[in-house]
Amino acid sequence: MTQAPVHSRPLPTTAERSVGKPIDRVDGRAKTTGAARYSAEYPYPDIAHAALVHAAVSRGRITGIDDAAASAVPGVLAVITHLNAPAMKPPPPVSLMNLSTLASGTTVNYLNTDEVHWDGQPVAVVVAETLEAAQQAASLVGVTYDELPAAFDFAAEEKNAKPQKSDLVQSGGARKGDAEAALAAAPVSVDLRYTTPPHNHNALEPHATTAAWDGDRLTVHEGTQNISWMRDNLALKFGVPAGNVRVISPYVGGAFGGKTMIWAGTILTVLAARVTGRPVRLMLTREGVYRTVGGRTPSTQRVALGAERDGRLTALIHTSVTRLGRVGGGPEQVTSQSRHLYDAENILVQQNLVKLDLLSNTVMRAPGESIGTFALETAVDELAYELGLDPIELRMRNEPERNPIDGKRFAHRMLREAYARGAERFGWADRTPEPGSMRDGRWLVGMGVASAYHPSWQFAANVTVRLSADGTVVVRCGFHEMGMGGATAQAQIAADALGVPFEAVRVEYGDSTLPTGPGAGGSGQTASVAASLLSACDKLKRSVLALARRSRESPLRGQRLSGVEARDGGLYRADRSGSGSGSGSGSGSGETYTAILTRAGRNSVEAKVGSDTRVGAIAGQVRFMSKLMLDRRRWVKAASGAQFCEVRVDPDTGEVRVSRWVGVFDVGTVINAKTTAGQLRGGIVMGIGMALSEETLVDPRNGRIMNPSLAEYHVPVHADVPPIDVSCLDEPDPTMPLGLIGVGEVSITGAAAAIANAVHHATGRRVRDLPITLDRLL
Amino acid sequence: MGRQPVVEVRMRVNGVMESLDLEPRVSLLDALRERLGLTGTKKGCNQGACGACTVLVDGERINSCLALAVQYDGREITTIEGLGDGERAHPLQSAFVRNDGFQCGYCTSGQICSAIGMLAEHGAGAPSAATEHLSADTIELSDAEIRERMSGNLCRCGAYNGIVGAIREVAAAVPGEIGRDVMEAAR
Repeated sequence: MTQAPVHSRPLPTTAERSVGKPIDRVDGRAKTTGAARYSAEYPYPDIAHAALVHAAVSRGRITGIDDAAASAVPGVLAVITHLNAPAMKPPPPVSLMNLSTLASGTTVNYLNTDEVHWDGQPVAVVVAETLEAAQQAASLVGVTYDELPAAFDFAAEEKNAKPQKSDLVQSGGARKGDAEAALAAAPVSVDLRYTTPPHNHNALEPHATTAAWDGDRLTVHEGTQNISWMRDNLALKFGVPAGNVRVISPYVGGAFGGKTMIWAGTILTVLAARVTGRPVRLMLTREGVYRTVGGRTPSTQRVALGAERDGRLTALIHTSVTRLGRVGGGPEQVTSQSRHLYDAENILVQQNLVKLDLLSNTVMRAPGESIGTFALETAVDELAYELGLDPIELRMRNEPERNPIDGKRFAHRMLREAYARGAERFGWADRTPEPGSMRDGRWLVGMGVASAYHPSWQFAANVTVRLSADGTVVVRCGFHEMGMGGATAQAQIAADALGVPFEAVRVEYGDSTLPTGPGAGGSGQTASVAASLLSACDKLKRSVLALARRSRESPLRGQRLSGVEARDGGLYRADRSGSGSGSGSGSGSGETYTAILTRAGRNSVEAKVGSDTRVGAIAGQVRFMSKLMLDRRRWVKAASGAQFCEVRVDPDTGEVRVSRWVGVFDVGTVINAKTTAGQLRGGIVMGIGMALSEETLVDPRNGRIMNPSLAEYHVPVHADVPPIDVSCLDEPDPTMPLGLIGVGEVSITGAAAAIANAVHHATGRRVRDLPITLDRLL
Repeated sequence: MGRQPVVEVRMRVNGVMESLDLEPRVSLLDALRERLGLTGTKKGCNQGACGACTVLVDGERINSCLALAVQYDGREITTIEGLGDGERAHPLQSAFVRNDGFQCGYCTSGQICSAIGMLAEHGAGAPSAATEHLSADTIELSDAEIRERMSGNLCRCGAYNGIVGAIREVAAAVPGEIGRDVMEAAR
């Protein structure tokens, strides 16, 4: 195992450490009593309701709008179309120095154009006194179009894909040696084609916006994964200073990437509020979410592996085609894990893109790796059968010491340990390798494994910490809570850093008036906030120590921060730990925060990291980009894991049931054992859906999504999910704050491959096209 | 286009008599959320596919998005806000927190109301598709039974293990009791 030098902070030594404990979520009571308010639930007197009208062609120009019937519905306040909408600024060009420019879901300036770019694009918004009137009126708006030729059939268009260009953040392709030649020369090889369908996030809370203007000041309640992007983007769009826009987002009803960008519903609610002079609420219908919020791109992937007879890989080729909308979207890093997982002599990876007349694609849980691991990890299993090797053994024989594609060091790599522990917990040794060889009554039983891999990210975060004389602490940072338990985790971190009880810490988040937080994406939020929070706590302790040192009575006089530890609600000399604990006066080894602040006549002490001034924001951005580039040059950072699953397949109907699951993950230090396990299980559940049932169907005749509902797009239900055994190796990553690696995405990766491999083991059938529905096994 | 007629609807909601003038097309869900301000009940799909809007009517669970409020004139409605006893949480509410039976929280109200209705159904001897012996005197509330009976309530965060754990824990602690209080209050 090659490890980077250890330079992360030591963990606190106090007996009362919070980090690592399975502490209940701080918002548990609010969420279980119905008290938690989501974005459509803020009462405003005089609120009006909005509903969208969607285009019914894939590409064209609007030739006429008949709003007479809609306008005649009692209670209708406005029917806003491109014929009467006020002008808005078009989405800004993308700039890496202002990342909020990445936030536009599409490049369309809604209702400021007669052009239609996808089936479902909003072409009108109706505002009425009641929800029922708005929805009725929206159904009565008549729109006529001049249709234009359009391309939307991915299967037919993928041949027109072009290689993805690399930029500062994303790499479209890479090579080492001559993989094609090595493949041709390899004594054992597989060369396979896999496909994955489009997916939709289907957060249970449909996107909802409550918007209210007061003069040129705007308040928006919206469940978002990026408060500051939304604030800046709306400010630009509506021509007001960013300081005039407040985005409030304490509870986000699920997101999974779908609430990262700014989509039509948000913009049109703000527009409707401006036009009518009323506070306006719009909750998208479930169908409206499918029509106006992008999902995951479909993919076609080639994985070719060449090996010596002992299993040593000589060639690894992974190429992909995914789609973008002609009006936006980004590439998925489909080949990301294939650059890091196996020590092949020759490697070729290349991502290709095709633009279609469909709604932009967008990020969805582990964009790239979730579908990329399906292809790679199924192909590795297929090669193991060609070689007659156990699939875990094949992986171990190709486990790299350094990053295979470029020889960089791994910050942290524990896949061997993950497999060893997983095999034991799962009982892998009891598996007989022959497909179809295991049964339980009439059920065919199959066992499969696959690796999980997701890169680790860290973004800029501004944080303030205030310590009051009563010993309580307030952490303030505008981060996001979609269910990760962020406030709970950061309270644990602050409690340990300052040596106060968990209960003494309150965390404020989810509001643009707070110091700007990181976006909730790339599994990077917890680490990003933690890094700044730890620095802020250090600053705070330094200030408190300075106050203490002013007093002759303080046992801390003459002490430096390095010689002091925070514990028991105060600062104590590290060389005298154990004595004088809790003493409030000037004797002993230290004193409480209350004693220090009270004597100094201070109600509170505050420390901050990062700045929200214009200059401060730019400096933060520069710091982030330079740290990213430096990190990238030095080492490869990632979360990883080993997924084990058991399936039962009905030999007559092809029904697949997942009956057992063991996942072992290397996510560095675990901050909260309870919420970490929950998030890891959640990713596996979404992976079960991806493997067996999830598929957004695009009508190849007209480009319209055919199953825009939870009745026709099948996410896993209670009955589909067995007990999921997850565990973490809990070894700190020495390059990350507190040694923690994000846990939001890694566990969806590898999940579909583990199932596909188990299905093969049960039945002898290789399914290379997701989802593995009954018809593919008959 | 004529103005919609308005109908007076009287319901007892969480023990409080409410009188509402509603258009007949208003769903029970929208009446609760938009007219009574009881936003604890969630709208996830508005077409009966996700269960986020589950409430108890006279102790039985229903999808309130598929119900017109006027149909429930004179009935007793219990929402998430009506569970527990003042400051004291309902045992299922605490068990959901302990077992981490949620992440984002959006399906949680529906899961909890649905679980109460489900436990009452089970207590009354109702079988499910997972029940092996339909003629048995008592049906053991196995995890497979809980999962089958709760499958109308989707959780996209995937907190299913925690939800089943919370229900199992409460059902074992007070067999047959959960749900009865709601049903009794309803009578």
